[in-house]
Amino acid sequence: MTDTTQSGPMLAADGTPLKRSLARALRMQKIRALMLIAPLLLFVLLTFIFPILDMLFRSVENQIVSSTMPRTVAALQDWDSESGEGPGEEVYQSIYFDLFVAAEAKEHTKLGTRLNYEQTGVSSLFRTSGRRLDDIGEEFQDVIEDVAPALKDGATWYEIMNGTGGEAVAEAAKERFGRLTDERARGDLGYVPSADIAQMLPHTTDAYADFATFTTFEDGDSVAEEDPWEAVYAALALDLRDPDTRAAVAAYSGPGAEHLQAVAAAQEQLPDFTFKDALVDADKDWGNTETLRTIQMYAPNYTSGYFLNSVDLMKSPDGVQARPENQQIYITLFTRTLIMSLVITGSCILLGYPVAWILANLPMRTANMLMILVLLPFWTSLLVRTSAWKVMLQQQGVINDVLVWLGLVADDSRLVMINNQFGTIVAMTHILLPFMILPMYSVMQTIPPSYLRAAKSLGATNWTAFWRVYFPQSVPGIGAGSILVFILAIGYYITPEIVGGTKGVFISNRIAYHISSSLNWGLAAALGTILLVVVLILYWAYDKIVGIDNVKLG
Amino acid sequence: MKLVTTNFRPSQTFTVSVLAAAGAIAGLLVGTSQGSTLLGLVIGAALLAALAFGAMAMEDQERPIRWAILIGFGLIGFLIGGVSAGVVGLLFGWFFGWFIYWIGKGRYRAHLVPYLTPGQVLWHYAFRVICGAIFIFLITPILVVMPLSFNAEDFFTFTPEMLRFDPEGYSLKHYQDFFTNSDWQLSFRNSLIIAPIATIISVSLGTLAAIGLSQSHVPGRRAIMAILISPMIVPLIISATGMFFFYSQIGLFLENDIGLSKTFVGYVKIILAHAVLGIPFVIITVTATLVGFDRSLTRAAANMGANPVTTFFRVQMPLILPGVISGALFAFITSFDEVVVVLFVGSARQKTLPWQMFTGLREQISPTILAVATILVVISIALLTVVELLRRRSERLRGMSPG
Repeated sequence: MTDTTQSGPMLAADGTPLKRSLARALRMQKIRALMLIAPLLLFVLLTFIFPILDMLFRSVENQIVSSTMPRTVAALQDWDSESGEGPGEEVYQSIYFDLFVAAEAKEHTKLGTRLNYEQTGVSSLFRTSGRRLDDIGEEFQDVIEDVAPALKDGATWYEIMNGTGGEAVAEAAKERFGRLTDERARGDLGYVPSADIAQMLPHTTDAYADFATFTTFEDGDSVAEEDPWEAVYAALALDLRDPDTRAAVAAYSGPGAEHLQAVAAAQEQLPDFTFKDALVDADKDWGNTETLRTIQMYAPNYTSGYFLNSVDLMKSPDGVQARPENQQIYITLFTRTLIMSLVITGSCILLGYPVAWILANLPMRTANMLMILVLLPFWTSLLVRTSAWKVMLQQQGVINDVLVWLGLVADDSRLVMINNQFGTIVAMTHILLPFMILPMYSVMQTIPPSYLRAAKSLGATNWTAFWRVYFPQSVPGIGAGSILVFILAIGYYITPEIVGGTKGVFISNRIAYHISSSLNWGLAAALGTILLVVVLILYWAYDKIVGIDNVKLG
Repeated sequence: MKLVTTNFRPSQTFTVSVLAAAGAIAGLLVGTSQGSTLLGLVIGAALLAALAFGAMAMEDQERPIRWAILIGFGLIGFLIGGVSAGVVGLLFGWFFGWFIYWIGKGRYRAHLVPYLTPGQVLWHYAFRVICGAIFIFLITPILVVMPLSFNAEDFFTFTPEMLRFDPEGYSLKHYQDFFTNSDWQLSFRNSLIIAPIATIISVSLGTLAAIGLSQSHVPGRRAIMAILISPMIVPLIISATGMFFFYSQIGLFLENDIGLSKTFVGYVKIILAHAVLGIPFVIITVTATLVGFDRSLTRAAANMGANPVTTFFRVQMPLILPGVISGALFAFITSFDEVVVVLFVGSARQKTLPWQMFTGLREQISPTILAVATILVVISIALLTVVELLRRRSERLRGMSPG
């Protein structure tokens, strides 16, 4: 034996200090455990946690306004909606050019639908004016093509606009396109704005760059061969309204200068209406400052609007305020969901407690037989049980038939037990009862029956013995079962949808409605987020009281 | 030794009055259905009181008297309201024949400790009646579905023919519809494709992770456990909403940028969604089995020269197999029974059996749903049996007494 003579740190068999060797072994063990867990953890993160986070993000996300109308949003920034005056002509110009691009991409109706959640009527406003935009541009186009016939041709336009040095303008147009259509503009545009033209005719260059991006990436055509949009003519006319620009055009000598000069010379023939008038003419709602206020208010990329909406509030120029009476539904729905979940939990406790008690106190063999009666509903498909309740509860259903047969209820006054809150409560109590009985049973099994006998032999009555001795020991089971049932009940969708009618539906049915029918996904996400927070708080409580590792099945 | 009362006899007055009360209640029901409540009540009370009196007088003739009561009640029922009322009458007869002697001979005290007061005895039985009622509440809806699925009419209710036990009232046509209708067959096939694949994914990943989680040193075990269990806790509607947004983007990416077919991507989305929903069940059941796992077995295997892989497959796997299988059954039933996520994530091409049932219940009501429901109940009985057998085997393997 050598360790008697050895001094210094203790060594492992391979000569390394024992402490380090042990630490390494521990580390290896940890890494091995994590390696085993990693695939599943990644899988759950990817397929479950990310979708949930995505939903949370969508409940505040609001990029549609700024991506559909980028110029308008920028122009509206300076407008003081409190001043009582409508915004200036510049804002209407931006609206015109933004809407034109959006209408070409068929995205303007989506924005209209989105803003319609906040102010009714915006949806139809966007749809009507989307159809009229071409007409406004054509008024300019007709005159321009009269005075400079060469401008009828896309090739001439390309010759004028193409050049060098204006890459920044093209990049900006490509980015706008990307945000608008959710597709990245990849590859070569085939058009570089001329720097001189860009400086001299900024609106025209912007409009032409938008047109070029669309032609190349959306339609897959060559810019040089296509005739430009009406909006490009409108932009040219707009640019030429400035006397300085006309002077610059007169001095310009680049390609196609003579056509531009011809148009500039005939400037007084061009229509001189303002874009504000043109838009108001297309739809009078554009003259309403409320509409522009709504656009301005929902311009930021993130909004609390959906959350305000889900608690029956709304944003207004005067701050947050309550929605009109007839639009307040969510607070009612949330309270109804909570109250009905509580009622269901309560009736599960009432029905589950005696059953759990008798299962825990009968001889093992009988208890196992009766357990089948609890487990069979637990294992049976949810839809089977729901359809069974539909069969039982409906007006021509089994319960009503039996009552009529017994003469307790007249045939013409059958009880209405379905499509109301009663139906939802009965069916869901039945469906969730096993989730209450099983945790209660597992707790009650551990309570020694001798305690009750001891209490009785010390002189307690039946009731005292139960209430002071047995019941306190069974409370953990009630707690575990209640939280489980409550969590499950609060998010139920299928059963209320089928047996709940209109009075017995939960908040989850509203979420489903917004996902599949009204398509107000942001609101659905916000409602879901609120529900999720409630459930997570309960989950946390469950973890504290019971511990997630202690969940038992079957 | 347990104390029991062997020859307790209640007084004759007690027997007769209890029976009269029971007869009054039964007479009340029958009388109401026949249109005369009061008459039924009086007749019932008088009849049962007389029967009790007579039976007590000839109490050594128990067997023939019970037969006589049974047949007599059956006949009365048949005369009042035909075959179905006859069956109800037989049930009444059987019950009262038993009840008279149970009360009269004091059998109700036979299994109870003798010091109980009458009130306690009453509560003892009242409690059992309450529990029985709750058990009936639990099981009736499932039992009611089964006979209705053989309905010859397209109704959700019992027809008069069915109540007369007329063979005309019954048919297998809803089952035939299920097996021939292309909608139902498509959804059935889809369920049989989606559920097993989702189960395989969740079981293989879940078992590995459960083994990892049961090691002695896992950093952040609580947090990991919370994440892995969360698909079970988060309400389905929320999971479905999140998946609806996220999976549609993933789906577009797979279709447009990778070039997979739309149908295939549809299946992939639902399978992934169902796999993740089944994972908590696998984790819970397998970790529960691993808690009782004797670690010295793996050490012994390693000591004898087995490498970790051999140890896993030859030692660990056979022992935790029951847990794995019951986890798999839970995962399977989760996927097989799931409808919200399919509704949100899937398209009509991927509709599953629950989807078809759900839309059927919401829109056109066809009793084919009840035929499907009956088939599913039979399947769940089979699954329940398998799980129970596995649990017993697992406990036997681990040296516990099965219970």
